[in-house]
Amino acid sequence: MKKILSIAIVTILALGTLAGCGAKESTTDGGTSEVSGTVVTAGSTSVQPLSEELAAAFMDANPEINVEVQGGGSGQGIKAITEKIADFGALSRGVKDEEKASVTEEYIIAKDGVAVIVNTESSVENLTIEQIKKIYTGEITNWSEVGGDDAKIVVVSREEGSGTRGAFTEITGVTAKNEAGEEIDSTTKEALVQGSTGAVMQTVASTPNTIGYVSLGSLGDTVKTLSVEDVAPTTETVLSGEYKISRPFIYAAGGELTEAAQLYIDFIMSAEGQMIVEESGFIPVQ
Amino acid sequence: MKTYEKVIEKLILLSAIVATISVALITLFIFRSGLPLLADYGVFEFIFGTNWSPTNGSYGILPLIVGTLAVTLGALVIGIPTGIACAIFLSEILSKRWAKAFKSAIELLAGIPSVVYGFFGLVVLVPAIRNYVLPIYQIFDPEASATGFSILAGAVILAIMILPTIVSISENSITAVPKEYKEASLALGANKMETIIKVLIPAAKSGILSSIILGMGRAIGETMAVLLITGNMAKVPGSIMDPVATLTGTIAMEMGYADPTHQQALFAVGIILFVIIMLLNIIAQVSMRGIGGNAS
Repeated sequence: MKKILSIAIVTILALGTLAGCGAKESTTDGGTSEVSGTVVTAGSTSVQPLSEELAAAFMDANPEINVEVQGGGSGQGIKAITEKIADFGALSRGVKDEEKASVTEEYIIAKDGVAVIVNTESSVENLTIEQIKKIYTGEITNWSEVGGDDAKIVVVSREEGSGTRGAFTEITGVTAKNEAGEEIDSTTKEALVQGSTGAVMQTVASTPNTIGYVSLGSLGDTVKTLSVEDVAPTTETVLSGEYKISRPFIYAAGGELTEAAQLYIDFIMSAEGQMIVEESGFIPVQ
Repeated sequence: MKTYEKVIEKLILLSAIVATISVALITLFIFRSGLPLLADYGVFEFIFGTNWSPTNGSYGILPLIVGTLAVTLGALVIGIPTGIACAIFLSEILSKRWAKAFKSAIELLAGIPSVVYGFFGLVVLVPAIRNYVLPIYQIFDPEASATGFSILAGAVILAIMILPTIVSISENSITAVPKEYKEASLALGANKMETIIKVLIPAAKSGILSSIILGMGRAIGETMAVLLITGNMAKVPGSIMDPVATLTGTIAMEMGYADPTHQQALFAVGIILFVIIMLLNIIAQVSMRGIGGNAS
């Protein structure tokens, strides 16, 4: 008897919860737009925090449209639009040649700089692109060769395939074409590898003589940021192109946009959307 | 009542089938995704190649295999003696009441998420190794320099993580040894230490060995903790102070951004990991049969 009673109570409670949901949904009727539907973005984890901010603001303005933000990485973003499981693939690098076929349109929604960071105890303030390249390819192994103390350089890198690593190695020339015309990433085998921005920051902050790189938007003051070619990484210097190590954030579409997806991309490129880009620590493009 | 029993029986059968099919499907999926690359690249080159740089098209995983085995072996070297000693202490030396409190504290270790262990290692253990262990190491090799990201860091963290498994299963099997064995040994004039080493441990060896095998399985498969503290340098290490990359860590770290061939390579790494774990299990079971234990 007790059992039946408790089952009955649970059922009633569950129904009550469901009813509550229904009521909530019906009050959102009469929003600003008549378009409804779901927009899915998937891809680069570097773009993900920005996408979430944009999605939240967009859904506030258009309650009938639901925006889902998924991660996975830039490669997954392309895969997702190819398989039609996402409206936009988010990339933190340019679209590669072999991916061009599956992308019908690309929208540069923001720019991001990659900052070169060192441990706070370091006396080095500035490096040239050439010096950075030589440090990451293992040609320069002692800080004294670039104007620092006599200590072995501990190189910290991101994992193979990471968008930040791709952007960084390509811009600095660590990744270059060999005689056969193949792109070769010659990051030194002596590099410590960490799988996320946070882990790189933590490693550089707590280990003497380290050098690492992170996205400009996630910089903190636990580490020291270097100037590159005498230009400090700031919003202005990245946009003007003076700061050399920067990359685009791209939303790639794989076919005809749905009405909801079109509204979403229009919102991102609007003044309001670009304001969110700026507030999130990235560089607006409009 | 008869139909009731039949329904239950069918439900249990269904559960067994689901569990078995899951294993089969996962195996099938991993092999199907990874085999094309293995066939293309060559199994020998894949396993014994020393250069892992997927973006450049080199998929030699020897450094990863060495890394995984080194960290696991290190964890077992630290974890087994500590774990068994702890189990003996809890079951034979400490009073019942205190043993209960200690045991639940140790079992609590199993409930801590592995990424927390990893973060602890990153913030506490890695600097500690650099500041305190490195100077000792430099007495023998003055040229050595190390950041603390090392096999040693991974081994220590994994040893802590496998302790609950080793301690609780070993303790249970030592406690389960019939009281008469101990009484007979003591009556024959053996002291406590002799009784523990010559009577209790041999009698409980099958339980102790299963605890070690389970612990080893956990150590090999552990990903998040190791990922943060071993430095992930895909290079065959020269000493325990060198950084290494592990099979699991590499899969977890690189899968997100991998392009299609790179993904296949990571699945192939999964196949190798699968085979290594199977081999180790078979070796463990066979060797246990050899010494008269009973594998569970």
